[in-house]
Amino acid sequence: MELFLEQLPIVIRSLNVGFLQTLKLFFVTLIGACPLGLIIALGSMSRFRPLSFVTKTFVWIIRGTPLMIQLLIIYYFPGLVLKNPIWGSGETGRFVAASVAFIINYACYFSEIYRGGIQGVPVGQEEAGLVLGMTKSQIFFKITLLQMIKRIVPPMSNEIITLVKDTSLARIIALQEIIWAGQAFLKGSQGISGAIWPLFFTAFYYLLCTGLLTILFGRIEDKLSYFK
Amino acid sequence: MSILEVEHISKSFEDTKVLKDISFSLEKGQALSIIGSSGSGKTTLLRCLNFLEQPDAGIIRVNNEVLFNAADPSTMQESQIRKKRLHFGLVFQSFNLFPQYTALQNVMLAKELLAKEQPDYKARKKEIHDAIEAQAETLLKQMGLADRMTNYPHQLSGGQCQRVAIARALALHPDILCFDEPTSALDPELTGEVLKVIKELADQNTTMVIVTHEMAFARDVADHVIFMDDGIILEQGEPSELFENPKEERTKQFLSRFTQG
Repeated sequence: MELFLEQLPIVIRSLNVGFLQTLKLFFVTLIGACPLGLIIALGSMSRFRPLSFVTKTFVWIIRGTPLMIQLLIIYYFPGLVLKNPIWGSGETGRFVAASVAFIINYACYFSEIYRGGIQGVPVGQEEAGLVLGMTKSQIFFKITLLQMIKRIVPPMSNEIITLVKDTSLARIIALQEIIWAGQAFLKGSQGISGAIWPLFFTAFYYLLCTGLLTILFGRIEDKLSYFK
Repeated sequence: MSILEVEHISKSFEDTKVLKDISFSLEKGQALSIIGSSGSGKTTLLRCLNFLEQPDAGIIRVNNEVLFNAADPSTMQESQIRKKRLHFGLVFQSFNLFPQYTALQNVMLAKELLAKEQPDYKARKKEIHDAIEAQAETLLKQMGLADRMTNYPHQLSGGQCQRVAIARALALHPDILCFDEPTSALDPELTGEVLKVIKELADQNTTMVIVTHEMAFARDVADHVIFMDDGIILEQGEPSELFENPKEERTKQFLSRFTQG
């Protein structure tokens, strides 16, 4: 017990540092993937066949292969194959590579959610706006946008909660996120080795984070529940 | 003088000719009913009038102004079409109310957006808004919805929704109000309240084009009836004449299904 109390502050400090990296990756992915997903969605819905074909194929490849492979390829491919290690070797380079992989991967998932949201609004809504003399942009902003948002909130909340946990995959390229930080005490770090309990503690960080997100998305759904 | 003149309108989807050389006219203050079996082109005709479909050939004139001429591309500019649509109102079979707005907001929205285009909007914002709101309230009261104004569409019955949709169309004072099977999506016991409202509009000499399957209603409310079959106007005339003495075999066949039932 005494030993535990002695080790606890060391472990917590270390986990906090890892968690900060996890959060950074989480937010950077969100900020990048939300708009990129919209661009991909518009591309896959394009009436210009070659564009929609290329976009759909890309989405198929990204969604059809493990994120872990994408991380490895994006991180190692430039250095090993192109002999141009664009990411560098430090933690920053690993973070940037991980962010690129996560943004691309999540943008593809988001794009399909957006597409569902956009196509899920009945065409009659736009037609009703048109016959009332509204412009296309008025129809989008005043009529369809909110209906789309309402439709995409539940699937987006699902995907974003998955993202919190998926960030741990970045440790495959040795990004020092929270699992990496917890696992270090298993192998030995800062005078602590063979300790498995720090890994259990990491779970609490995830639970806290996903718990907050669940509450947040629940609030948003509530806000939008005034119409059907 | 005719308020609406439609001349030689044709429309095809892919290889299917949906409208074949349709011509008719409508006098101001009159109600025109269009009847015919499903797939005869009635709805497409209404959609052409409201610029939701573009005819392949023909001319549409309102108050002697050419709104559409298939031979003249300058009548098809997107920016102008928006203004031209305002000559017509359209009430949809499936209402198409905006779910995130209350009944009152549904009626007000388009008019408020149009008001913003007025040069003096900023200076008279409050005054304009109040006038639009007062007008919307009057319309909803007229539709018998005085106690439903703050309800959202999902809180209303189908018949109430359709009456909100009629008020919404009326708010913009269209020259011609079009109905696309306004009661087809309603439970039988709710059709009456909607038909009653349309009948009242007819009594107030609202110019209307009504596509309907309610034969008794068409006969009762219309000044003129068109029977469409397979993309053409097969027969037209006064309701009493067309319903009691149809000349064409096909019209007789069609009407007999309703009188026998």
